[in-house]
Amino acid sequence: MTSAIDLVLVLVVVLDLVVLASSRLRGAIRTVALQGALLSLLPVLLATGGQAPLHVLLLALGALVVKGVAIPGLMLWAMREAAIRREAEPIVGFVPSLLLGAAGTVVAFSLSGALVLPAPGRQALLVPAALVTAWAGLLLVMTRRKAVAQVLGFLVLENGIFVFGLLIADVMPVMVEAGVLLDLFAAVFVMGIVMFHINREFSSLDTGRLTHLQD
Amino acid sequence: MIFAALRVLGLLAAAPLVGGVVTRVKSRLAGRTGPPLLQPYLDLRRLLSKGAVLGHPTTWVFRAGPIVSLAAAAAATLLVPLGGGPALVAFPGDFLLLAGLLGLGRFATALAALDTGSSFEGMGAAREIAFGAFAEPALLLGLVVLARAAGSASLSGVLGPGLAASWPIAGPALLLATLALFAVALAEGSRLPVDDPETHLELTMIHEVMVLDHSGPDLAFVGAAAHLRLAILGALVSRLALGAAPPGLLPSPVALGAGLLAFAVAVGVVESTTARLRLTRVPQFLVAASVLSVLALVLLLR
Repeated sequence: MTSAIDLVLVLVVVLDLVVLASSRLRGAIRTVALQGALLSLLPVLLATGGQAPLHVLLLALGALVVKGVAIPGLMLWAMREAAIRREAEPIVGFVPSLLLGAAGTVVAFSLSGALVLPAPGRQALLVPAALVTAWAGLLLVMTRRKAVAQVLGFLVLENGIFVFGLLIADVMPVMVEAGVLLDLFAAVFVMGIVMFHINREFSSLDTGRLTHLQD
Repeated sequence: MIFAALRVLGLLAAAPLVGGVVTRVKSRLAGRTGPPLLQPYLDLRRLLSKGAVLGHPTTWVFRAGPIVSLAAAAAATLLVPLGGGPALVAFPGDFLLLAGLLGLGRFATALAALDTGSSFEGMGAAREIAFGAFAEPALLLGLVVLARAAGSASLSGVLGPGLAASWPIAGPALLLATLALFAVALAEGSRLPVDDPETHLELTMIHEVMVLDHSGPDLAFVGAAAHLRLAILGALVSRLALGAAPPGLLPSPVALGAGLLAFAVAVGVVESTTARLRLTRVPQFLVAASVLSVLALVLLLR
């Protein structure tokens, strides 16, 4: 079981790097969807038998539906509506952002040993994977120009928080988790509306244009 | 010792066949019959029976290039443990020599290309060296990961019978290293996402453009060296990927043959399903391979 969890977490980290390096937005959205689907396996794999099976299954199913299907589907729909294909030129290029992601990975793995956790020693890879995923999400939000890519970054960031939350899944009530997933859904929905307005106003999703004041 | 020597001879003999299998897989996936499996051997024999034409501006560097690159590739086969058995030559740190010999072969070919004074060949040499500079960190880091996982600094210790024991312990790291080394094999073997072995448009060629001026036996040597490099890395990657099987399941010649066949089929499938990357995107592909190796190393050092 431990090796399966390790494999899933390593794949999650690799998918972070894939998203950082991909210039095609459609592929990046699919990668994030795959990451979300992989994450939905984790509550089942991590279950120790201490919690109610219904709780674990609900969490896994909710993550799969929201992260793996609904939000990526919404984003692909938004891309079709806005007719954009790829990130033109990010503020930090693809190779530098990949290297930054790799540097973040090294830092996350070396720092994670120093963190004091409520449930120490449960899963050694859980904390570094969560930190790397959150770092990749932050990088995407900061360095990409297109609104779709920034929303993707937000999703990746939330995936990192989800991994971190699994550490305390034993004590977290299911309503809190459902609330987080619902918040995420609402946030992406609002961002979809914002994207629609940016696109209608400027006929492009380049957020750089928002910095200029206009009448 | 005898068996190790026989395995090396087997790899030397089977190297062109790897290229033949790749071509056959590509043809079949494209719905064609394709050339015979032994076509690379026939090509080598035809070239060896011809005379060489040397351009006026060329010097001894041009003639030495193919010989040095073939000799370096042949020397590298001695270092690789084939099919799980020990290598013919093994000492601590021999994986550095393997990377060095592969680099020496590339250097000799590039120098011979520059010696012709042709602008096209200079362009090809510049590209080959530039991409080689990106492929080498991935190769070296991947080999360091293997050495660290096995706790041995020699390739024979790394890829020997102990490999089956390190897969359950360091599985994710070894998987990442396998992927990184496969990407390096595609780059070193001038295979598709990096270089198209079939293109004959000078502006897009990398390896092929460097050897435009070679002819006859020289071209045969260059071709044989290219086959050998792909086969060496194929033997390395396939041994690594199939190393999870318990030792002694297959006798080493069978394991070597099956591994090379699986590697050739994998390369053929990758070549059939991917398009060649734009030249500016190739470093990104190779940096990604290096990053995979770094991630594997971090997982091991944790």
